[in-house]
Amino acid sequence: MMLRVDPAQEEIELQNPMRREWLKRGGLVVAFMWLGGVSRVWGFPEGTRLNADDPRFAPNAFVRVGSDGSIQLVMPCIEMGQGAYTGQATLLAEELDVGLDQITVEHAPANRKLYANPLLGDQATGGSTTIRFCWTSLRDAGAAARSMLVAAAAQRWKVDASQCTVTRGVVTHTSSGRTLRYGELANAAANLAPPAKPVLKDPKDFQLIGKPMRRVDTPGKVDGTLPFGIDIRVPGMKVATVRACPTFGGTLASVDDTRARAIPGVLKVVRLDNAVAVIGEHFWAAKKGLDALTIQWNLGAGRDFSTEQLFKDLADASEHGTPILGREVGNVDKVSGKVVSATYQLPLLAHATMEPINATVHVRPDGCDIWVGTQVPARCVDVAMRVTGLPAERIQVHNQYMGGGFGRRLFEDSVGQAVGIARQVDYPVKVIWTREEDIAQDRYRPAYYDRISATLDDQGRPLAWTDRTTGASVLATFAPPAMGKNGLDSDLVECAAELPYEVPNLRVDWVRHDMPNGVPIGWWRGVGPTHNVFVVESFVDELAHTVGKDPVEYRRAILGDNPRAKAVLELAVEKSGWGKGDMPARHGRGMALAAPFGSYLCVVTDVEVSPQGEVMLRRAVAVVDCGTVVNPNTVEAQVQGGLVFGWSAAMYSGITLKNGAVEQRNFNDYRVLRLNQTPPIEVYLVPSKESPGGIGETGTVMAMPSLTNAIFAATGVRLRTLPIDRSALAQNKDALKSVLSATSSASSTGRLA
Amino acid sequence: MIALSINGQDTQVDVPDDMPLLWVLRDVLGLNGTKFGCGMAQCGACTVHLDGEAVRSCVLPVTGAVGKKITTIEGLSATDLGKRVQQAWLGIEVAQCGYCQTGQIMSAAALLTQKPTPTDEDIDTAMSGNLCRCGTYVRIRAAIKQAATGQITLPQTIA
Repeated sequence: MMLRVDPAQEEIELQNPMRREWLKRGGLVVAFMWLGGVSRVWGFPEGTRLNADDPRFAPNAFVRVGSDGSIQLVMPCIEMGQGAYTGQATLLAEELDVGLDQITVEHAPANRKLYANPLLGDQATGGSTTIRFCWTSLRDAGAAARSMLVAAAAQRWKVDASQCTVTRGVVTHTSSGRTLRYGELANAAANLAPPAKPVLKDPKDFQLIGKPMRRVDTPGKVDGTLPFGIDIRVPGMKVATVRACPTFGGTLASVDDTRARAIPGVLKVVRLDNAVAVIGEHFWAAKKGLDALTIQWNLGAGRDFSTEQLFKDLADASEHGTPILGREVGNVDKVSGKVVSATYQLPLLAHATMEPINATVHVRPDGCDIWVGTQVPARCVDVAMRVTGLPAERIQVHNQYMGGGFGRRLFEDSVGQAVGIARQVDYPVKVIWTREEDIAQDRYRPAYYDRISATLDDQGRPLAWTDRTTGASVLATFAPPAMGKNGLDSDLVECAAELPYEVPNLRVDWVRHDMPNGVPIGWWRGVGPTHNVFVVESFVDELAHTVGKDPVEYRRAILGDNPRAKAVLELAVEKSGWGKGDMPARHGRGMALAAPFGSYLCVVTDVEVSPQGEVMLRRAVAVVDCGTVVNPNTVEAQVQGGLVFGWSAAMYSGITLKNGAVEQRNFNDYRVLRLNQTPPIEVYLVPSKESPGGIGETGTVMAMPSLTNAIFAATGVRLRTLPIDRSALAQNKDALKSVLSATSSASSTGRLA
Repeated sequence: MIALSINGQDTQVDVPDDMPLLWVLRDVLGLNGTKFGCGMAQCGACTVHLDGEAVRSCVLPVTGAVGKKITTIEGLSATDLGKRVQQAWLGIEVAQCGYCQTGQIMSAAALLTQKPTPTDEDIDTAMSGNLCRCGTYVRIRAAIKQAATGQITLPQTIA
């Protein structure tokens, strides 16, 4: 597998010995590219048997067939709820000609050579890349395995392979009616050479792809038998919980553990450079022990940091900092006309996965085992090597199902910490973070400050467009070599540099403003597009209203030649009933249109805003063209769930820091959307024969602008700062006060004046 | 020793009186289907039944469960209703990451025990204490209705 990245290009050439594809790049995609070097997806270096101890037919890294008829499929991308295992298994099973009920799936071990995602250049799951990465590579792998099994049958029957068919893992010689099961052929197939170029099915013959196949992972999720990382139990294991310094970059000064050690069940108090952990017989003992500690911290240089100051600094940097060019078209300075400008501001965000951060680690003199749900298994090996000094071959990562990822589990900080705790004892330790630790020690989605402006022609269409974002780079901390030649982090301008609209003169740039004092930042669902599509689609709505046009009419007028975007727009208009019938007072309908992750979406959200400023979601319509659909049930689920995730953040979520520490602690003050606040969500798929686009993050990207545009339609109030400020929406301020005193207060992000 | 009745079986545990039932289930008895999410009854991942009622086991001291019938997700399929709820969950594929779903299912089963044909408002009231970060709420609502009425309103997955 060779990967060529030309920073000047918007696409990546992906050279698989079997196929050649072009894939659109994005920030997270670029992030990994330089890390693992090249990766080989095709082929299996040990030959066609798994190994000396396990003679199963293993024609490549993904398919295992035993002589007992068992079929295991190995999953290069991890399952965190997005349906990745079912999607990957479907691609393999389709070409292998077996049913999903006939296979089991396995987590891939940490192994960059075999399981790196070529779109990310490392063994990683993220950036809505799984199906895009696997679309050809896993079908190739399934087809190669099938052709070898069929060849084995043909040899035994002394017939031509073209006279054989396969149904559900049974090879049939058509004219004689003889049959052989895959299990009976596994040994013979393992003696054959893999085909140079496997032949893929004609899409019209697909049996599984495109159908709402039941997920392979959900039966164990409804009866409680499926283990997540937090459910791991190994012999002799104890349980720990941990508290890190509340300020980032601070260190542990001293700890008095007298009271903690007196608590029954407390086994040991472990000191790390910037944290203390208590190990107990069970979590409750560990938690009581932790709460009984008296800890002194060296708060460090970050002790005065606040998000209020951060937003002042971002605004200052936006004015006076040195911008890095993201994209330039034409010359924006030579255009005259009516100028419309706006400033947007987005808060730090936590991930708050339902499964709190955890890892189970056993460090021995001769090795280290790690049981954890991670999006980056190979990086977990790296961090364990650094902490223990053991070589990579002595470290085993046993990947697990994840109770949500959303980007949080692209970071191995907590695994390094758990190894640091476990190396101080000789038994296995399961380290579980409390929810309070999970919120206060996250890797936060950075805050952004965006100034955007358009110069309009006499029809109101943008002749020139400038968009300057200011904020920190996740890429610079995550994968420094992946930064562009001019210092650009393409994540900062993804979906801002490439608009779905026709704009003859455009300049999109970025002022880099790193988070001071080591405040940790990370990837968050929707990455760059979640940030930029909020700004772009809010601003398009502003432009429409400024020139007195309906937002749909306005988008039609500026779309240009963009048939896929037009198609989702028109279907969304039809399905939502846009423009038909009057809406009641303080009800509104908002739209967002974008093309994130190689897919096209148009979302219409309906809201009602109470006189007190409470926002109630009433209905949503999402129209999706994500190219060829592997599983329509999964696409619908991801779009619905992604919308809820994005609305949650827009409605309630914001991480604030004061005196260097995060102020939020749990779901009472880091609120997320609940069932009673969730509207009906209709998802419509536009049929397409294009290659698959990404889907897992798209709903989140679309949620925020469709919501705030709807709020504008309902109230006339333009919200340019998230999370939404209910006080700005209240008709009656006294009524609002009583509501606010009765419920959790909205977080106070340093707001725009 | 503390005597408990869990999923129809009598069990003795030697734990501190103030230990939440959640950790007795998970760390002492190995019943891992009940999940830890927040530790302060904000998210519902730890929901179990106490004499048929949904309770948050992360804030319930184990002594509060003495003398009552505890049902966890591992014991839910012992009843027809429990099976029906789990089948509806699979039929329309509610679960994504699945971490909260055992708690969701326990809340839904308790609701359907008390109100066999719940209204939308009943569902809102009973289910608003169970968070889902994957955002499966639309399907949770539909699955509860499907379990209640047997009526299929959404396409079912192909097993």
